[in-house]
Amino acid sequence: MNVEQISIFIENKSGRLAEITSILDEAGINIRALSLADTSDFGILRLIVNDREKAKSILKERGFTVNKTEVVAVEVPDRPGGLARILKTLDSAAINVEYMYAFVERCGENAVIIFRFDETDKAINTLQANGIAILDGERLYRM
Amino acid sequence: MYFNEEFETMPKAALESLQLKRLQNVLERVYANVPFYRNSFDKAGIRPGDVKGLADLQRLPFTTKQDMRDSYPYGLFAAPLEEIVRIHASSGTTGKPTVVGYTRKDIDNWSDLMARSFAAAGVHKGDIIHNAYGYGLFTGGLGAHYGAERLGASVIPISGGNTKRQIMIMQDFGSTVLTCTPSYSLFMAEEAAAEGVDFKSMKLKVGIFGAEPWSETMRQEIEAKLDIAAIDIYGLSEIMGPGVAIECIEAKQGLHIWEDHFIPEIINPETGQRVADGELGELVITTITKQGIPLIRYRTRDITRLIKEPCVCGRTHARIARLSGRSDDMLIIRGVNVFPSQIESILVGIEGVEPHYLLVVDRKGTLDTLEVQVEVNDSLFSDEIKVLQALGKRIEKEIKDTLGVTCTAKLVEAKTIQRSEGKATRVIDKRKL
Ligand SMILES: [Zn+2]
Repeated sequence: MNVEQISIFIENKSGRLAEITSILDEAGINIRALSLADTSDFGILRLIVNDREKAKSILKERGFTVNKTEVVAVEVPDRPGGLARILKTLDSAAINVEYMYAFVERCGENAVIIFRFDETDKAINTLQANGIAILDGERLYRM
Repeated sequence: MYFNEEFETMPKAALESLQLKRLQNVLERVYANVPFYRNSFDKAGIRPGDVKGLADLQRLPFTTKQDMRDSYPYGLFAAPLEEIVRIHASSGTTGKPTVVGYTRKDIDNWSDLMARSFAAAGVHKGDIIHNAYGYGLFTGGLGAHYGAERLGASVIPISGGNTKRQIMIMQDFGSTVLTCTPSYSLFMAEEAAAEGVDFKSMKLKVGIFGAEPWSETMRQEIEAKLDIAAIDIYGLSEIMGPGVAIECIEAKQGLHIWEDHFIPEIINPETGQRVADGELGELVITTITKQGIPLIRYRTRDITRLIKEPCVCGRTHARIARLSGRSDDMLIIRGVNVFPSQIESILVGIEGVEPHYLLVVDRKGTLDTLEVQVEVNDSLFSDEIKVLQALGKRIEKEIKDTLGVTCTAKLVEAKTIQRSEGKATRVIDKRKL
């Protein structure tokens, strides 16, 4: 059910982001979604790719610090209030969203948003109980 | 096991009165026989007779490496050359070496102190000592050699070099003790592994390592790879050679400095004043029994602290902590003295932080700034910004709380800070650029 995201530590030096994307490109790895969170000194690049293991090992070989985290891909109806309803549901269940970002591809009529929760399982249960669709990892990587 | 129990376990009061008697004696001798000391004492307005107690030692001027160079080669000798039976010299990296001369009595004392040091490391008669310190002008080889013979152990004077042969001899001769630099022992371990020789199958039980800076991490590595206890020894040719101080095998917690022959002091290298008990500073040594070239308040440039608490081994002599750098490395940041080694020990105390760091000192306007760069490795990394920011804040807080210096922690990518044992660049001081 869960989706694996890889995160990479980068210093805010120019060219680092391009370096990573070209390393992955050369290795034939497809980036399905990407988000960069940064401070004045460093950044964390978060990626959903089609081949996590390969991406992780190839980046480690090149000296990057990489880890894997479980995130949740949620289908968000593409209409006003779609996202608001989801956030409200989470809020009333007292579930924290650490961060979120959009997935490139759509799933039919719906947008896909990647969520990082502090309590992943509880979040999944809550969302499903409220009729909100969650995308399976295997399906997502192939999208 | 003691080599000379009476002196090694002498009660503090008796030790201090012996020190005072010997100090007064050496001051008379250098004042009478060494023009350099006569001049420097006169300039400082102090006569040997003014030293009534050990506390008066602080009133005497320091002796530096430069003073030794200026007196090249024999200017600081306090005994006539006819009385000198051995001459050693340090390998200065620039210019002339510093020269030291030993009378027969000096060699005798040195042998005793080195034998004491061996005994403190758990070595005794019947042991086979593989002495891979260099024999020659350098004091390491002969110093350890004479001590080994004094103790009654069998010494193999193998000196340095030809590592394959060293390993063969160590194996065939059944060596039980290894003396060399810590880095050479690791090199031996690598060579042995390449040759298919397992150190665990050897009789080696203890290694006595000195003559270069090393760390606790390196000790663990040596102990694991050579399957021995690794003991830290301290000495410098100006003061005597190896055997000035050594760890006891019972505690391996600081090096006993033989106080019946040497008086240690710890000073602030900037002000020359003694630091408070237990604080880090530059080690200053006064030799109180040497005849050939006694040194008064010699500035070693080595950074350590004095441990005066009693030791489990029963020796009453104070200990110096493992050396944590050279006084030349000291930084003054907004008026606070900071040694890179202090920051290192704070960093390694934070779980997951590796001892690879870089300090960048700069000046913004009139204010000094300190940036502490720490690598983000797998165990520190998180996909959440706030976790990494909390790590940075924690480093800043611990440094502030411990050293009183405000800094900014900068997280950098793994393996981007230069590595190498001992000589890695730890500090970039842009104020001096
Ligand atoms: Zn002890």
